[in-house]
Parts: sequence; C-alpha cells; structure tokens
Amino acid sequence: MKRKAVALSGAGASAEAMKQINPDVVAAYPITPQTLIMDTFCEFVADGDVDTEMILAESEHSAMSACVGSSAAGARTMTATAANGLALMWEIVYIAASDRLPIVMNVVNRALSGPINIHCDHSDSMGCRDAGWIQLFSENAQEAYDNTIMAVKIAENKNVLLPVMVCQDGFITSHAVERADILDKKTVQKFIVPFNGGHHPLLNIDKPVTSGPLDFFDYYFEHKRQQIEAMENAKAVIPQVFKEYSKLTGENYDFFEGYRLEDADVAIVVLNSSAGTAKYVVNELREQGRNVGVLKIRVFRPFMQNKIVDMLKHVKALAVLDRSASFGGFGGPVFNEVRSSFHEVYDQKPAIINYIYGLGGRELSVEMIKQVFNELESVKEGKLGERVRYLGVR
Amino acid sequence: MNKNIKDPYQKLKGWKDIPIGGIIEDAGNTRYYNTGDWRTFFPVRDTKKCTNCLICWIYCPEGCIKVKNGKLTGIDMDKCKGCGICAEVCPVKCIQMKKEEAK
Repeated sequence: MKRKAVALSGAGASAEAMKQINPDVVAAYPITPQTLIMDTFCEFVADGDVDTEMILAESEHSAMSACVGSSAAGARTMTATAANGLALMWEIVYIAASDRLPIVMNVVNRALSGPINIHCDHSDSMGCRDAGWIQLFSENAQEAYDNTIMAVKIAENKNVLLPVMVCQDGFITSHAVERADILDKKTVQKFIVPFNGGHHPLLNIDKPVTSGPLDFFDYYFEHKRQQIEAMENAKAVIPQVFKEYSKLTGENYDFFEGYRLEDADVAIVVLNSSAGTAKYVVNELREQGRNVGVLKIRVFRPFMQNKIVDMLKHVKALAVLDRSASFGGFGGPVFNEVRSSFHEVYDQKPAIINYIYGLGGRELSVEMIKQVFNELESVKEGKLGERVRYLGVR
Repeated sequence: MNKNIKDPYQKLKGWKDIPIGGIIEDAGNTRYYNTGDWRTFFPVRDTKKCTNCLICWIYCPEGCIKVKNGKLTGIDMDKCKGCGICAEVCPVKCIQMKKEEAK
C-alpha cells in the first residue's frame, strides 16, 4: 500500500488519524498541550470532513462522562487530554474501563501540577497505569498516527473491549512538525471495520439493559477478574492487529522495539520521544565500537514481561529511564516493571539501574544519554552503585 | 478453596458466567433485593386524613405505595428507603416521617 508523505506535528498526526477514523462521537475539553489535537479536529468537524457529533464539554470530568454514555450507547467514541485534564477525568477513566467501553483517547504527556507546569513528563499516564486502560506510547508523529488507528481495532476486539490510551510527548512530539507517512481514509476505514456497538449497546431497544449499576461484595471481584482476563486477551489480540496493519504499511510493530540490541552489552529502556535521542546516541557510540542498544516500550499496558526478558537477558548492564517519579517507591514505574520481570530469571540477567529524568519538560540531551552509557560501563564491571539515579537535576 | 470455610458467595455465578462490564441484562431485578434495609425514617399514614388522591403513588421513586381498586392500601416497607417524598407531596399532609428507633 502506497502511503503519502506529509509534514505533521504529533498532534496533527493524531487529529489526521481521527479524521480518517471518523468517530461517531468526540467529547473533549481543551488543555495544553492536547489542545492542538482537538483544535485541528474541530476544524475537520466545522468543514464537514467528518460526520462526528462533537461535544464541547465544560470539563474533562464531563468529557469522559459523555464518552462513557456515548460508547455505552454503541457509538465509536474518542477523546484527548493531558496532565491535569486526565487527573480531572480520573474517576470516569476507571469507569470507562470497568464498563468495558472501547473508547480511544490520545494523551499528550505533560507534568501534573504542582507547581504548574505545561511541559512533558509521564506522570499523567503513569499515574493511571492501573486504571484498566491499554496504554500505547509513541516515539514520534508517525507512531502517534499509527497507534491511534490501531488502538481502535484493539479496543473494539470482542475479546478485549477495553479503552485504549495513545500517548505522545507534550510539545516535543505534539508540537514539532516532522515527516509522517499516512494512509488514505478508505484504507483506514477498511482496516478498522464498522463498530458493532460493543457488548450491550444501550441503543439496542430490542435488548434493554442496565448499565453501570451497583456491584457489592457479591460480584465486584468477578467483574475485576474479567477485566484482568481482557488484558490477558489483549496480549494475543495486539500482535494480530499489529500484523494486519503491517500489511498496509510494510513496517513492523511489536510490544517492544529493539534497536541494535541483539549484540549489545549495555542498553537502555525508554519510551516515547526519548527513544529517538537514545537511538541517535547508540549510532554514535556504535561508530566508536561500543556495543550499546536501546529497547523502546510501545505497549506498557498490558506489559509483556516474558518478551522483555527474552530481548534483554543477554545484556550485562541495563538502565531504565523513567520520566515520572513514584514518590516513596523504589525507582520509577517503568523500572519497577522491568526489574520485577527479571525476578524469576536466575541463569543470566543484567544488572539493572534506574534513572529518573526529564520531569516537567527538563531536556534529555545527547550528552546525558552518553553519561548513562558511560555509567553503565562501570555497572557492567560489577560496580552497581546507586540503583536509582537522577539525570539532569541540580 | 477449603470446603470447610463457609463462604456465602461461593454459590453465586463465577466470572466466566456473568455478562461483562457490570451490565444487568434483565429488567425489574430490584424485586429480589430489599432496598428498605438502610432506612432512617419511615412513613406513617393517617388513614382518616388520606383522600386517596394517589399523588404519593405517582411520586414514590421505589414504587412501594400499594394500591387496590383506586384506594391506597399500604406501603411496602421492604422496599421503602424512607426518602420522605410521599410526605412532602401529600396535599393533605396525612403522611408523617418517623425515626426508625421510634418504631
């Protein structure tokens, strides 16, 4: 399938994907740096490029509530938010997942207040990693576009029926214009196929149901068990969707992307835009003859621990980069996930350290990543040192 | 699970046998559930004052005002939550809300 090369910001890429998906309902409230997505999408609505019923809600709590109602009614529903907007949605974010509603939401990663900060870190989406949403992370505009389209198909699969969060870095990705190769609308429509309304569409008047009722000590636990199973099912469905989409683009998609990882002695684990900087550094260091590599996480929920162990067990020293803090915990959320994946691996495994970096949009420079690789050399030699370190803090 | 442990919920359906998303597929299931368990106030009707206008029957959110042949015959205390709407809307003020302890 021939794709068209266009110049798009990350936010523009998400909006373009939404245009081609042509959702039945979008409900949103503006918040920096997400606003660029909805601003662009609202132009599509105004110009008649989409058939979407656009609901301009009075808050994010209302926006997600409208999404829950709309998705429960059986409409293909999307939204977007960031940071404090996601925090204000919080209550309903859990309800969307519990009600098993395949809503797709773009999250433009931004630091949670306070102090008030509009720039990138992952405290927003990492904070709700246990909300029951599938979480896809995007390195650049291209991935924001691809992930948004694939998210619809993953969410609506009858064995999954879970909402999906598509994340991209605030400003760094969302507002930087770069090349993206896009499909045409017809191809996207054929790929996502019409929405069948979900598990019990309320607009099906032949089969009336009660949605979102009370559930005490009698059945609540069983419904949570079902949600856990849906995430397990997603582990099988996501690769199928990746494979099918791959046929359209000729690219490969997976839970994790290994970059020059096969023969690497030391490596870093990272997600979103920092992966691009890390790959750049890897290329430079490789030219100097150093065996370095990167593992980028594309799917954080569900987390494929066996797969990440397979990809990283030959590495001698590993640094996990976290763009959010888990106050009072031991290291950041990505570190905890990766490190515990190796708990039962006894024969061969890397020494793993953690770096907290980039909070509130603090830049992650090429030099900083070089510093990480240099420090990993001494970790490789057996000098473990501090397990949790900080990159770029004064 | 140890069979000696008495668990009242083990007889209920398991996670594989219930609809997903907390959906209730059948209407009217409240009849199997007594909503009057956590009442603080309960209604007392003065049958002499009552004109059987049935405005309380219209307003009662739980549908627990019992009516037969156009006449109010009683209130279903298994379902009454004690919200007091009946007392509030009664045009002749024949319903009084009393505290449960006063029973």
